[in-house]
Amino acid sequence: MSRHTLSVLVENKPGVLARVAALFSRRGFNIDSLAVGPTERPEISRMTIVVSVEGLPLEQVTKQLNKLINVIKIVELEPENTVERELIMVKVRADLETRSHVLETVNLFRAKVVDVAPDTVTIEATGNRGKLEALLKVLEQFGVKELVGSGMVAVGRGSRSISDRSLRSAG
Amino acid sequence: MSEASDGAMTGAQSLVRSLEEADVDVVFGIPGGAILPAYDPLMDSKKVRHILVRHEQGAGHAAEGYAYSSGKVGVCMATSGPGATNLVTPIADAYMDSVPMVAITGQVPSGAIGTDAFQEADISGITMPITKHNLLITDPAEIPRAIAEAFHLASTGRPGPVLVDISKDALAAQTTFNWPTQLDLPGYRPNTRPHSKQVREAASMIVDARKPVFYVGGGVVRSGAADALRKLAELTGIPVVTTLMARGAFPDSHPLNLGMPGMHGTVPAVASLQQSDLIVALGARFDDRVTGHLPSFAPNAAIIHADIDPAEIGKNRHADVPIVGDAREVIIELASAIEALYAADKSSDYEAWWSELNGLRDQFPLGYDTPENNEVAPQHVISRIGQIAGPEAYYVAGVGQHQMWSAQYIGYEKPGHWINSGGLGTMGFAVPAAMGAKVGSPDSVVWAIDGDGCFQMTNQELATCTINDIPIKVAVINNGTLGMVRQWQSLFYNERYSNTDLNTHRIPDFVKLADAYGCHGLRCDSPDEVDATIEKAMALNDAPVVIDFSVHKDAMVWPMVPAGTSNDSITIARSLAPAWERED
Repeated sequence: MSRHTLSVLVENKPGVLARVAALFSRRGFNIDSLAVGPTERPEISRMTIVVSVEGLPLEQVTKQLNKLINVIKIVELEPENTVERELIMVKVRADLETRSHVLETVNLFRAKVVDVAPDTVTIEATGNRGKLEALLKVLEQFGVKELVGSGMVAVGRGSRSISDRSLRSAG
Repeated sequence: MSEASDGAMTGAQSLVRSLEEADVDVVFGIPGGAILPAYDPLMDSKKVRHILVRHEQGAGHAAEGYAYSSGKVGVCMATSGPGATNLVTPIADAYMDSVPMVAITGQVPSGAIGTDAFQEADISGITMPITKHNLLITDPAEIPRAIAEAFHLASTGRPGPVLVDISKDALAAQTTFNWPTQLDLPGYRPNTRPHSKQVREAASMIVDARKPVFYVGGGVVRSGAADALRKLAELTGIPVVTTLMARGAFPDSHPLNLGMPGMHGTVPAVASLQQSDLIVALGARFDDRVTGHLPSFAPNAAIIHADIDPAEIGKNRHADVPIVGDAREVIIELASAIEALYAADKSSDYEAWWSELNGLRDQFPLGYDTPENNEVAPQHVISRIGQIAGPEAYYVAGVGQHQMWSAQYIGYEKPGHWINSGGLGTMGFAVPAAMGAKVGSPDSVVWAIDGDGCFQMTNQELATCTINDIPIKVAVINNGTLGMVRQWQSLFYNERYSNTDLNTHRIPDFVKLADAYGCHGLRCDSPDEVDATIEKAMALNDAPVVIDFSVHKDAMVWPMVPAGTSNDSITIARSLAPAWERED
């Protein structure tokens, strides 16, 4: 199963998110995560979609997406030239004995504690997928009570921006 | 109803004005609560003629038929809720067959949206997967822009249906009419010009191939590319197959035409694709009805795929040379590139290929058995209609056996004269679509060739035809059954005819029904009456004509490639298939 990150510029109009999600659903494409938010231009929103394609070429995904009238541009962000970040908040079991171990882990990963309760600690962490997966693996041994993730956002490295004409569109 | 000279008017007036600006001549529709405000100014419009139908599905299919015969965008209108949902089938049909259509629906007042109001339906949500685009308008100032965008989207790039849903309060409110001079669609940039490098590569492959085929689809008809295609085919001498959606894009009488490929295609057409070393797909999409079992389709062929929709290229079959562009432009460029190669002394040799194909044509012509007991053969009826009415007429079919026979046994010489529901396969398409086609080409003869099953789904539009002076001719190929399903039951379900018997021998009596609708009703149940009945129908032009042709129940559509099997398994009669020679 290969994962690809697509950065999609869409018109900031009602229903666009529904259109994209419905397209993925009826064409059978798997969404790993989808984050959408504003850009530097108020009439344009940006979606960062991590899609899992199995057997089906990514090309077909981007081509179908491009057919949507509200989709302006699609760029595939390759891991080597991209900065990707996701934010997670993890509620971990931490009683008197284990709390110091948990806090040690927090420091090692340069994460933050955002809530404390008698038997849990809530941790906030940002990073790329690799870092967050590693953090979660370590936290598992203490017991993860709740996990919430924001979905991945990503931006290309260097001075070019996605809305530059010269940046090649996918599909 | 007057409008202020500064363009101030109601949303409803703005809508009608917008339709006039969009050069609309005809709208098919039915009024209702939510769309009611729009019908008032519509009554006064000098440009837009509204035809009141009897079911919104009829309005939708009529808009399709109109689009086919006139080349313009077909327009249908309905109210909210059930009116809009009745348009879903024709919208899905237009989507599958890339028909330029704009559907305008009323919506409950904007404050009531989302409250399960009376006759409320989220038609935008419902039609999202089956429209090229749709728009919900609650601000009357947006109406002209929405209409302009809708017509632009429907008719450019790969054509398709666009739905504009307008809330009742938007129609009733005061607004200013402003027809946009420019459209702002940053996400829509259809590419019609083919890339010259791709074209040159394609030309070179075409000239070098030993067994090439032009696989021509509906895109060639949409693009108006028939003349260009003929020049290209004659320039190269390469065989042409025309899909169900492209019949008539290349004349059936032309020696280079091998016929229709696919599930019920001719043996030479099917075999040519299977055995080719190069398939040049022009405005076609490698639909499963054509390819059969995909992994075994055309195993030795390289593919040149030219289409205006980049998503179709590589969707079902990898394209060695993808060309995104308008079919007509691509074909013209290809012809020049090939001419340049011929001028530089390159040449092709398709002699062995043609010898093989001509052998297949001789050995496996299309044909049917004459039924016993003096029953009428449906293929004969259809063939005679085609011969008597000629290639200038329009032929509109429903879906099923009669549709396949109409595609096979009528000689099409011109593009756009064969109108059917290919992608969605909608029974009940024929009568309303024929109505629309006749409105689009009032001076032409329009024949609807329908099955008795299909006919019962939408024949209420005969009333519309009689009342509005739309004298179509309907040939009901009446075998008393759901013929195509029955055929499958004969072949694959041990002749267990579950629920395919329609009892249509006289329930209803189609002649009496025609009479009830103010049409001429004719009956024909013997082979010697066939010609006379058709001639009589041709002479009656003051009202629609309905002919009940009683035909042989067990007529079969041959050849056949059963769904999901390889095209190599094409059968020409029950348990009879060509024995393909192995290559030495």
